[in-house]
Amino acid sequence: MTVTEAPPAPPAEPVVHRTPVRRRLVPYWLLLPGILWLLVFFALPLVYQASTSVQTGSLEKGFEVTWHVATYWDALTEYWPQFLRSLLYAGTATVLCLLLGYPLAYLIAFRAGRWRNILLVLVIAPFFTSFLIRTLAWKTILADGGPVVEFLNAVHFLDVTSWLGMTEGERVLATPLAVVTGLTYNFLPFMILPLYTSLERIDPRLHEAAGDLYARPATVFRKVTLPLSMPGVVSGTLLTFIPASGDYVNAELLGSTDTRMIGNVIQSQFLRVLDYPTAAALSFILMAAVLVTVTVYIRRAGTEDLV
Amino acid sequence: MSWLRRNLVVVAGLLTLAYLIVPNIVVTVFSFNKPSGKFNYSWQQFSTDAWTDPCGVADMCASLGLSLQIALWATIGATVLGGMIAFALVRYRFRARSTVNSLIFLPMAMPEVVMAASLLTLFLNLGVELGFWTILIAHTMFCLSFVVVAVKARVMSMDPRLEEAARDLYAGPVQTFLRVTLPIAAPGIAAGAMLAFALSFDDFIITNFNSGSTVTFPMFVWGSAQRGTPVQINVIGTAMFVIAVLIVIAGQVVASRRKKTAGH
Repeated sequence: MTVTEAPPAPPAEPVVHRTPVRRRLVPYWLLLPGILWLLVFFALPLVYQASTSVQTGSLEKGFEVTWHVATYWDALTEYWPQFLRSLLYAGTATVLCLLLGYPLAYLIAFRAGRWRNILLVLVIAPFFTSFLIRTLAWKTILADGGPVVEFLNAVHFLDVTSWLGMTEGERVLATPLAVVTGLTYNFLPFMILPLYTSLERIDPRLHEAAGDLYARPATVFRKVTLPLSMPGVVSGTLLTFIPASGDYVNAELLGSTDTRMIGNVIQSQFLRVLDYPTAAALSFILMAAVLVTVTVYIRRAGTEDLV
Repeated sequence: MSWLRRNLVVVAGLLTLAYLIVPNIVVTVFSFNKPSGKFNYSWQQFSTDAWTDPCGVADMCASLGLSLQIALWATIGATVLGGMIAFALVRYRFRARSTVNSLIFLPMAMPEVVMAASLLTLFLNLGVELGFWTILIAHTMFCLSFVVVAVKARVMSMDPRLEEAARDLYAGPVQTFLRVTLPIAAPGIAAGAMLAFALSFDDFIITNFNSGSTVTFPMFVWGSAQRGTPVQINVIGTAMFVIAVLIVIAGQVVASRRKKTAGH
């Protein structure tokens, strides 16, 4: 009833005037528990890790902060191959995810019609099954002498990959190719979903307009679709590259000692060797490497409103 | 040939879909295998043994139960904490907003192994015993950000005038929240909660660092990759896939029904 009688006055105002301080504090009360949780269990651990990385000692005698920064240098000189390999594998997997994911995202966004939801379900469903079980399934798929490897051999694909140093002889398991295959597979949905979201926002009439202006399909894609989907490309590549660079599951299950990534090293230093300072330093170097790569990439890709 | 050129993107897209689905098919097929050794990597003989006795492996179903329990509590924790943050970020203007935003963004932008390792150094330094509680703390922490993003997306598209209208009709703040705000935000909260549940249930890396000797289901699978994989793992994998697909389909049906009734 009041609505019809009091037209212009904003109705929330009396409440604001009655308890101005309490109302101003509301967002802080809403934030407090969650932010506290993140500060204690996300930010504070990073501080502890920083302190651990400059400690020396042993598990028996205990560790002490001695500002032994040389740990970083030692870790880097000893494990640079694993660092390089991680960035290389993660980078290759990201490019493959983009090449494989773009057509599927495009298909779902523009060509699927009433199949759209079913296709989306098929992309998301693997999220809900254990990724370890699915990664182990690749052991079966890529088995030595299995149909997949036989086929790759028959079409001389393995000749090409072994020339590239991705495989060795007539097997795929325990080679870089197997690890990259697993990485690509595991992070593909993280590429497809942001790509789909940004493609879906494009007005299909823009395609028609470009066609009316005599642009060929390839030109339409290059000049209209691709540029407009760039936010999706950028967030997709980040969502793929960052987790892939720290992953050690694929390298462990599908690779060999020659394909160990930096995640494997951090894992074994922390949980098996129990050399906490080295492990902490490695973990920080990985974080720095990822941050630098990502920052440079974002600058070059030129997209500011991410995620 | 010209058909192929016109439909190249369809063919390529379907091939990618096949790449995504093939492992699930392999997992399903191998759940009906009768392996001859410890490992279930090569096809031997058809058998339904594993399906009739899914818990026949020592400790596997216990680990499954533990994972479900942790996922449930982590989901509740992350959804409550994350939902509150999302509301604060969308509905209020305050000074620390951009700082909060980056604190939310960082856990998603960091390799999991870094987070896992740093949390372990905290627990080691404080002398906390690793186990159920440390896993729960860790899972709640990394699920939080994802919930915030999911809920934020929904709350942002909500019309604040609906709440103003409720207040005009003399609804108190609690009543407004329960009867108006919460129902409209529900799909976003549900999406966030589902994501949190899936992330927690499936998490391996962070759990591996912070579980001590406690064995969750992913930890069990990881161990089995070294010791020998029972067929029952494939049974669970298949069941999870089927249940997930059914849930998603049910959600779609409910959503489209609602749309239809709203249209009338």
